[in-house]
Amino acid sequence: MLEASGLTKQFSGPEGMVTALSDVSLRAEAGEFLAVRGPSGCGKTTLMMILGALLRPTAGEVRIDGHDPYRLTPEARSRFRAERIGFVFQEFYLVPYLSVLENIMAPSLARAHSNAQARARELMGRFQLSDRAAHVPAALSTGERQRVALARALFHEPKLLLADEPTGNLDAENAGRVLRDLAAFAEGGGTVLMVTHHADAAEYAQNVVQMEAGKVVKAVVPQ
Amino acid sequence: MNIWKMTLREIAFRKPASLLALAAVAVAVAALVGSLMALDVHRRQSDQVLEAHEERVDALMAELRDEMRKASLKLSYNLLIVPQGQHLRDWYTEGYGRQYMPEEYVDRLSSSNLMTVQHLLPTLQQRVEWPEQEGRTILLIGTRGYVPHLHQDPKKTLDLGHMVPAGTVVLGYQLQQLLSAKEGDTVRLLGRDFAVHRCHEERGSRDDITAWIALDEAQELLGRRGQINAILALKCMSCQGVGLHSVRGEVGRVLPDTQVVEMGSRVLARYESRLRVGEEAKAALEQERQHHASMQARREATAGVISPTLILAAAVWLALLAFRDVRLRRGEYGILRAIGVGTGRLLGMFLSKAAIVGLAGGALGYVGGIVVGLHFGRDAGLGGGSSMTPAELLRPDWAALALTVALLVSILAAWVPALLAARTDPAMILREGGR
Ligand SMILES: Nc1ncnc2c1ncn2[C@@H]1O[C@H](COP(=O)(O)OP(=O)(O)OP(=O)(O)O)[C@@H](O)[C@H]1O
Ligand SMILES: [Mg+2]
Repeated sequence: MLEASGLTKQFSGPEGMVTALSDVSLRAEAGEFLAVRGPSGCGKTTLMMILGALLRPTAGEVRIDGHDPYRLTPEARSRFRAERIGFVFQEFYLVPYLSVLENIMAPSLARAHSNAQARARELMGRFQLSDRAAHVPAALSTGERQRVALARALFHEPKLLLADEPTGNLDAENAGRVLRDLAAFAEGGGTVLMVTHHADAAEYAQNVVQMEAGKVVKAVVPQ
Repeated sequence: MNIWKMTLREIAFRKPASLLALAAVAVAVAALVGSLMALDVHRRQSDQVLEAHEERVDALMAELRDEMRKASLKLSYNLLIVPQGQHLRDWYTEGYGRQYMPEEYVDRLSSSNLMTVQHLLPTLQQRVEWPEQEGRTILLIGTRGYVPHLHQDPKKTLDLGHMVPAGTVVLGYQLQQLLSAKEGDTVRLLGRDFAVHRCHEERGSRDDITAWIALDEAQELLGRRGQINAILALKCMSCQGVGLHSVRGEVGRVLPDTQVVEMGSRVLARYESRLRVGEEAKAALEQERQHHASMQARREATAGVISPTLILAAAVWLALLAFRDVRLRRGEYGILRAIGVGTGRLLGMFLSKAAIVGLAGGALGYVGGIVVGLHFGRDAGLGGGSSMTPAELLRPDWAALALTVALLVSILAAWVPALLAARTDPAMILREGGR
């Protein structure tokens, strides 16, 4: 489902080129929950952006559902993301002036949905947000905010869910809840790639990839 | 959910910034509409003032024209026709001329088609010493009475008052006193007896020492048979369009070796002075018109500076607000791009906000501008727009202009920030996190 080979990413900085990723290869199948672990600055977010069709790699190839998104025009790549990929970030990135319901429906701006309201309400029910429909993000707890972000990511039923430190701002209870939701998505046949430096978070994943300084150092298969 | 609904939510969410943007548009549009309005009020007032003035002048001119028409109907000037060689100086100092012309000239003139000359009085005048009265100097005038125009009824125009029957004399006051004469007495003059036909009252002029006798008798006594030295043309009517000059010209054509002198015409002077009054009134009106025009031009120039300045200031202010907006909403743009919202849609979101702010600000500014304009119009001491009907106040062309300008300013000011927002790399934004 997700296949990356030889991914290298270099950034030009004030002191020459910075290599954020070098020759990273990995794959994740449908129904797989893969965690990428590593210390701060090792290139996890960079990897996630590349896999999410948001950042063109300097070298290497990405295949999602059999397609290379970087062969598409920017507009087509936008549509590609809207159709196949969901994102969850540590900072939620909810639209502050939209209600919970509207935030969950936001992906319908990118790609129309036959019954957006019903779909959003269904997701609110699944993530225990039904009584929060009319609230704006500022009125929610952080756990609730991340659940709204997760619901939004799942709005168009993506095949790939990319999560960058989704539990970074949450307490243990809320973190566990979000991780279980991610696992549930994988169980439902989706592919989850979660980036984290928390060992606990990685425990929910079926497979863990360890990174260091832009390189994959080992792939761990947990018990 | 659509872009417009989203934009309205956003505007409501960031009220202070939205109000600041709205205010900028409203102020700029109010300045534009207000200055248009004030200019229009001033123009109306000017027009009213000028119109009233014009009416007054028109009325005056009509009155003058009427007066002059009536006057010109009555306008008559007496002409003195003397031989070409006669020095007028001598005529005035001596009271008569020493040059002569044939008496037949009168008939020539009267038989010509000069409609404007009505009465002709041929005279032979000469200063003589009255031998029978110790050589006393008198003025002897031989006159034939008025010669009527041939094409007019002779009886009607024959003025017997100037006729002196043959063998008679008409005496001026002094002469009558001297002789203690009365009508019917016999007076001896230059060796011939004349019956006193009439005596004049005192006139205080040369007439008082004048004796009038029949023309042919005077010619005989003075040895000037068939000659005269002046023709008095009386009551020359200035018909419509016939001025003194043309009358002179006409006489000149009929009698080429004569000269025509106008004798005192008060009517003409009055005519000319009235004409001057009219000219002055017209000049004053023209001056006032120019004054109003220059005032209006000055106001337009002022408005032409103020409005664009405020519009430009509003545009700059809106652009600054839009740049701030882009910074504030980076996260929003980042995530929307990530979930697949295209750059065009994002641009639309940003510009739809500009459009809404522009339209609302424009409408607000339009209303404000009318109030401001009326206020300034009134301040100018011109009575304001109290006389304006609602239709004149709420002009659709201004409303359209206000909304168009507001929309353009708002959208143009937001254009660059919007492009910036749409172009920002979402990967860049999203990895920045909360920073
Ligand atoms: N746009 C950029 N320009 C220059 N350097 C960059 C850029 N993006 C990332 N880097 C560098 O690439 C390296 C990897 O960054 P990245 O954000 O992927 O790390 P990370 O593993 O996600 O770290 P963290 O756990 O702290 O989020 C870092 O050294 C970073 O400074
Ligand atoms: Mg990171």
